[in-house]
Amino acid sequence: MQWETVIGLEIHVQLATKSKLFSASSTTFGAEPNTQASAIDLAMPGTLPSPNEEAFRFATMFGLAINADINKHSVFERKNYFYPDLPKGYQTTQLAEPIVGAGIVTVQLEGGSTKDVRIHHAHLEEDAGKSLHEDFHGMSGIDLNRAGTPLIEVVTEPDMRNAEEAVAFAKKLHSLVTSLGICDGEMSQGSMRFDVNISVRPYGQEELGTRTETKNLNSFRFMEEAIEMEVERQIEVLESGGSIRQETRLYNGDTKQARSMRSKEESNDYRYFPCPDLLPVVLDDAYIERVRQQLPELPETKKQRYIEELGLSAYDADILSGDAATAQYFEATAKLSGQAKLAANWIMGDIAARLNQEEISISQSPISAEQLAGLIARIDDGTISSKIAKQVFESMWAGEGDADSIIESKGLKQVSDTGALEKMVDDVIANNQAQVDNYRSADEKKRPKMLGFFVGQIMKASKGQANPQAVNEILLKKLNDQ
Amino acid sequence: MDQSELEKLAHLARIDVADDVLEDAARSITDVLALVDQLQSANTDGVAPMAHPQDAQQRLRADDVTEPNCRDAYQAIAPQTEEGLYLVPKVID
Amino acid sequence: MHNLTIAELAKGLRDKSFSSVELAQHFLGRIQRLDKTYNSYITITEDTALAQAKAADERLANNDDSPLCGIPIAHKDIFCTTGIRTSCGSKMLDNFLAPYDATVVENLATTGAVMLGKTNMDEFAMGSSNETSYYGPVKNPWSTDCVPGGSSGGSAAAVAARIAPGATATDTGGSIRQPASLCGLTGLKPTYGRVSRWGMIAFASSLDQAGTLTRTAEDSAIMLQAMASFDNKDSTCIDHAIPDYCASLNNDISGLKIGVPKEYFGEGLNPGTEQAVRAALEELEKLGASIKEVSLPHSHLAVPTYYVIAPAECSANLSRFDGARYGYRCESPKDLEDMYKRSRGEGFGDEVIRRILVGTYALSAGYYDAYYRKAQQTRRLIKQDFMDAFKEVDVIVGPTATSTAFGFGAKKDPVAMYMEDIYTIATNLAGLPGMSIPCGLVDQKPVGLQIIGQDWDEARMLNIAHQFQRATDFHQLAPQGIE
Repeated sequence: MQWETVIGLEIHVQLATKSKLFSASSTTFGAEPNTQASAIDLAMPGTLPSPNEEAFRFATMFGLAINADINKHSVFERKNYFYPDLPKGYQTTQLAEPIVGAGIVTVQLEGGSTKDVRIHHAHLEEDAGKSLHEDFHGMSGIDLNRAGTPLIEVVTEPDMRNAEEAVAFAKKLHSLVTSLGICDGEMSQGSMRFDVNISVRPYGQEELGTRTETKNLNSFRFMEEAIEMEVERQIEVLESGGSIRQETRLYNGDTKQARSMRSKEESNDYRYFPCPDLLPVVLDDAYIERVRQQLPELPETKKQRYIEELGLSAYDADILSGDAATAQYFEATAKLSGQAKLAANWIMGDIAARLNQEEISISQSPISAEQLAGLIARIDDGTISSKIAKQVFESMWAGEGDADSIIESKGLKQVSDTGALEKMVDDVIANNQAQVDNYRSADEKKRPKMLGFFVGQIMKASKGQANPQAVNEILLKKLNDQ
Repeated sequence: MDQSELEKLAHLARIDVADDVLEDAARSITDVLALVDQLQSANTDGVAPMAHPQDAQQRLRADDVTEPNCRDAYQAIAPQTEEGLYLVPKVID
Repeated sequence: MHNLTIAELAKGLRDKSFSSVELAQHFLGRIQRLDKTYNSYITITEDTALAQAKAADERLANNDDSPLCGIPIAHKDIFCTTGIRTSCGSKMLDNFLAPYDATVVENLATTGAVMLGKTNMDEFAMGSSNETSYYGPVKNPWSTDCVPGGSSGGSAAAVAARIAPGATATDTGGSIRQPASLCGLTGLKPTYGRVSRWGMIAFASSLDQAGTLTRTAEDSAIMLQAMASFDNKDSTCIDHAIPDYCASLNNDISGLKIGVPKEYFGEGLNPGTEQAVRAALEELEKLGASIKEVSLPHSHLAVPTYYVIAPAECSANLSRFDGARYGYRCESPKDLEDMYKRSRGEGFGDEVIRRILVGTYALSAGYYDAYYRKAQQTRRLIKQDFMDAFKEVDVIVGPTATSTAFGFGAKKDPVAMYMEDIYTIATNLAGLPGMSIPCGLVDQKPVGLQIIGQDWDEARMLNIAHQFQRATDFHQLAPQGIE
């Protein structure tokens, strides 16, 4: 039987506010345990929540960016369950009246086609703390620094049909929230976490199959792996006559294994009801319009600008505009060097390869945009060849300084001095008489190809430093004028 | 309300209700539910639910960090802590 | 000294008839001697009291004009007090030393009031007799065989026994007014949103409101003036102008239109109580008020509505008491579930557990619409009744409780106990301010007259109460045998 996969996502996006959703505690990542947990975050008796206006602004920005309705009247509710990382015994979230209503996100797929993913809604809620399971005499340690950090949970319709689409959507969402500046996008720190709802059904069947939810995936690769594994598992179960149990699953990216979650499996009854400590949040048109005016340039607009103003290809423009940090790096490099295309080539080529290799983000690149622009300028003005440039790049990556000082100290400057080059050409002609004869007797049309040999010899002799253009001119002159 | 229903509620609320008082608790809760069942006779067609006594809207706070680190004071009254963490019996996912 | 009102004590301090330290010592001495009988305090804060009194004396020497400067008061043990046990009448918080002050506590301390201690209460404010306290029942100074009412029974007994000149209290369904009625005191529950709930341990967030228990309306005005504030830390606290509550006390009340709800005089009202209330209405007429019968047709829904909404809210509010970060944790929990279930099962008393379970039920899947949503709708009907009545009258007056103080164990059936608040509960559901003032005795036990005002109309209510107290002496009666 042919199976169709149906995927819906729930994405938790940590908002990059300075303080928490309901308290004035810091949200900085990586602090000593519980040093950013205030009386409100700890759910001390008698404490009350104070909502953060920036969280609403960020959520509004998100809603506007996906062309969603912004609900001018939104209500916080309590979702009740007991867990040690949830100090109040309920999560303050939105259910019936979320701030962001239905919207749509268009995703570019690899083959050039696009895919529309409908957003059911996005709501504001507070994050939970963390349980640390390393052994404290058989106990768990609870760190509530993260408790109360604002999140928007983005809920999609089950519109995706394979892992590629789901990952492309996830990347697009990452690009969107980082470009908006409402999330730092640091997946390894849990700034974006994906819950994937997966079901399969025979092709042509309208009714959805029973779904499972794989929770808390925090990398695109893990997401892809988890989806593929789960789809395979479901098909196997169904084809061997079994049925899918609706359950919550965990995927371990390190061991590449997935399993059913035990503790949350009991039938949960969250007993949602409007939080009596909080009043409805009311936003007016003027507010929403103000937020719209202040929206930063969105990736889509940026892409168009790169194509139209900077002359990039659609493919390059898409990649460079996709991530806020990359776009910023690219624009700085292009501006400083005055060479948008070269900047694009370097960033998508050598820079991307090295970042990938070392698993770091562009903001952690050891070569700054200024430095890269410096290198490009030296290629552009003929000081070094592109071949030598690779060597300079490696030295820059290793932290040996900027392009000029490396070229200087290593003596990598291109030889353009005509006298020195003429001598080299003469030597090559003298030492390769047979090839010279061949060349001279060859047909005009074949000559350019044969020229490569001599250029190669000269470059070898000059250790790559000869200016290839000058070499070409001198060679042509000497070979043709006999 | 029978005892098994009550046990389910007690589990949701994470309260250990001793076996010897279950019956009594079930009876008294049944009485309370009989009391609140009087609501069913009220005609509430078209009546908007009222969550708050005052018809006010939420104020929002500026995004400033003003909470100091009070971990020592807060953990001084905790049942069990270690290395700045609250300790609880092992959490199993 | 202990027979003086707050207003009189303030005058005495300025006349230098006594110092604040002397006053504090006098009350602390009385607590030591007398409170074994009443059990009205859970914690006596002698050191804090003396230190605050000393500071107050210095302020008085510098002509501080705050009427509460140097006045001893007691706080219901529901208000967080830094470094001092804040138990909420529960084993769950028996070891809880709050790390901060409630806004109410802070506001009163700022005016120079002196804290004598923390008063006994029904556990988590759930009760109408003070019998659910982990620290034992409180006895009514008018008759030690009887309950003082609840949940603010400790605050009421302390003021009635003259072992505190005034006390803070809270009212979720009648917890200030009913004890005021049963102990012959003036009790004021302000408009919801008037006083900050920050640091006040929540029972039912949309109903809880802090207020005062004093002997006179004038003292209530003085205390409310200090307690009311706009507080950004409480989202439900409303930024509404705070009038000078004392300034209007002496206004003439002639022309006042009083509504008397016929539903508050039906079956279940004790005849003696009714007689005292009717006499009080005549007294108000003599003062120039006109009386008009009004109807609050949904009154019969108030108790059932309340017993959905309050338990629902409390079931979530009390989830934080889980044994993980503060408060009671059971001995040697064998796993996480065991820690939750035994800490909560052992830490909470029967009534608290009952309400959590009822609330859990009302919110659970399949029942939400039939109970919680329905109750939110009937809540609006109840509020609308008042709004309609207030189109015709300025205030509503009736009995506070069905009868006078009852004996310990007299209302073992929870539903019978819930009916204790039949006249007071609707006010909380509607968010309106309510007061109870003494208006007579039946069998040597006090009867309370309830005044229900419109939103933010505390000044008028205090004015009416003060005028009534100028014309009568019920508020001056002291329980027999009080030293």
